[in-house]
Amino acid sequence: MTTQSITPETTRPAAKPGLRLRWLSDRLLAGTFLAPTLLLLLFITIFPLIWSLYLSFTSYNVNSDPSWLEAKWVGVDNYVYMLTTPRVWERFIESATFVVPTVTLEFLLGFGIALLFNREFKGRGLITTVILIPMMVAPLVAGLFWRFMFQADIGIVNYLIHDVLGFQPVFWLTDRTSAMISLIIVDTWQWTPFIFLISLAGLTAVPKYLYEAADVDRASTWFKFRHITLPLVWPLLLIGIIFRLMDAYKLFELAWVLTSGGPGTRVLPVHLYKIAFGDFATGRASALGYIMLVVIIALANLLVRAINRSRAAEV
Amino acid sequence: MNVQNRQTRSLLGRILFWIATALILVFFLFPIYWILITAFKDRPDITQLPPRFVPWVDFQPTTFNFHEILIEMEVSQFGTATEQSPFLGQLFNSVIISGTATVVAVILGTLAAYAFSRFRIKGEGDLLFFILSTRMLPPVVTVIPLFLMFTELGMRNTFHGITLLYITMGLPFVVWMMKGFFDEVPHEFEEAAMIDGYSRLEAIWRIVIPEVIPPMLATAVFVLITAWNEFVFVQLLNPLGYTTVTPFLYAVVGYGRTEWGRVAATTVVFVSPIVIFTFLVRKYLLRGVTFGAVRR
Repeated sequence: MTTQSITPETTRPAAKPGLRLRWLSDRLLAGTFLAPTLLLLLFITIFPLIWSLYLSFTSYNVNSDPSWLEAKWVGVDNYVYMLTTPRVWERFIESATFVVPTVTLEFLLGFGIALLFNREFKGRGLITTVILIPMMVAPLVAGLFWRFMFQADIGIVNYLIHDVLGFQPVFWLTDRTSAMISLIIVDTWQWTPFIFLISLAGLTAVPKYLYEAADVDRASTWFKFRHITLPLVWPLLLIGIIFRLMDAYKLFELAWVLTSGGPGTRVLPVHLYKIAFGDFATGRASALGYIMLVVIIALANLLVRAINRSRAAEV
Repeated sequence: MNVQNRQTRSLLGRILFWIATALILVFFLFPIYWILITAFKDRPDITQLPPRFVPWVDFQPTTFNFHEILIEMEVSQFGTATEQSPFLGQLFNSVIISGTATVVAVILGTLAAYAFSRFRIKGEGDLLFFILSTRMLPPVVTVIPLFLMFTELGMRNTFHGITLLYITMGLPFVVWMMKGFFDEVPHEFEEAAMIDGYSRLEAIWRIVIPEVIPPMLATAVFVLITAWNEFVFVQLLNPLGYTTVTPFLYAVVGYGRTEWGRVAATTVVFVSPIVIFTFLVRKYLLRGVTFGAVRR
């Protein structure tokens, strides 16, 4: 969308008398416009969070305690427990084992495909759109698709591996290591298109004359890539990567649907869910939730800085 | 010699390009194709090895699975007992809840976005960041206190509870997107109109809003898709009333031996609108998936 294409109307319908509300000053209007949004956010998001901050200092159990008001105050015990239990650290490591390879793979594939498709060819518009469908479907649905294909006995993936290629069939969703690999594959399937979309936008925005100028100087393809393409596309890629880091760290539905939170895919959010709604240890779960929040806020700060830097670069 | 060499090289390049493209398309589209044709397979055809790939050639397509999820399901293995499928009711809930949430979120969010775009607001940057940050919270974290709050206030299993939640989830997105679009409409538009005797409200309604109708619709589509796809909250907050399609989808897989035909048929009904909407908003996809951070 460009603003240049909009031309101010020269003829506009005459102002009608009637409900004019002229007494509404801009200041009052600003308040009126903002109030519903801010109130809803306070009521539905911030208030519950403050409440759960309180609960994270209690031993509240939603199943066995009659009311949260009577829950015992335990100070920082929940936090101490969460940060000193080896099991929790294993979850952090499991989350990292998922996040780092996944985002790396998505970045390499997405950027690679964007480089490949950054040219004129037949059916480009259609192909670049249909490739984006995976990221629009619910993670739940993506999980279902692949859970079906990863079935050890009737799944098409094992048919390909065993009957066509002649290897041993893999127990994709039940074995520890392969369950994690499945999770990485499915997330890559779903979110590589996101990195692709961002990369392609970045690549098509690089001015052609820069390459022409480099050609005049007989610059090598690598030189052009390293000194023209990459620096110009990088700010956008950074935004994409941080978005993906945050989302991969939050990933819950996909793991839940793919293996029902089974071995090998018990990433942090799955673990949190099990503490909160399996053990009903609300106090402890709230504490772990806050520990998770600290990490995500750090990532969000990175994101905002990246966005601001790319805005500054655009000007 | 040299020319011929270059020609073979470019031909080879073209072949390699199309092989790579074909592999990419297979990887990203095959799962979708596979679920689509599974939805039209009869029970024995689904588990058949080698798999049946082509309708009418490999297997005879049937609407059996759709009949099951839309009208009545067999509940026993031998097909003697049937029961009314809950799917249609939940599909209706999905439409009503995500539709209402979208309309309200777009209206409220657009008003707030206009205020951010045009009026001088104290601490504007902080407020905008605050609004964005509420969307960055992991759902698994926020669902714990929400679950307690909804229980205390009697908002579980209600229409207004889940709809309010979806409105609130959509708001940050609408504010960020629409602020960007309003920023692209010159101030002079409504200033000129106000000199002509329009009030601020009239100027917004008759001059500014018409300029942003297409991006506003695209924004609405994104909010609709998010609400439509949501699973964690509705699963925990509305298991017994006003349940949407996503918990149904999860339940079809969950119980014992999975009826993949049913799963596939449900998925096809559930995903088709999303695919159509994706095509409708393809111009705005980049902006939409980055919260308006990338404006190209």
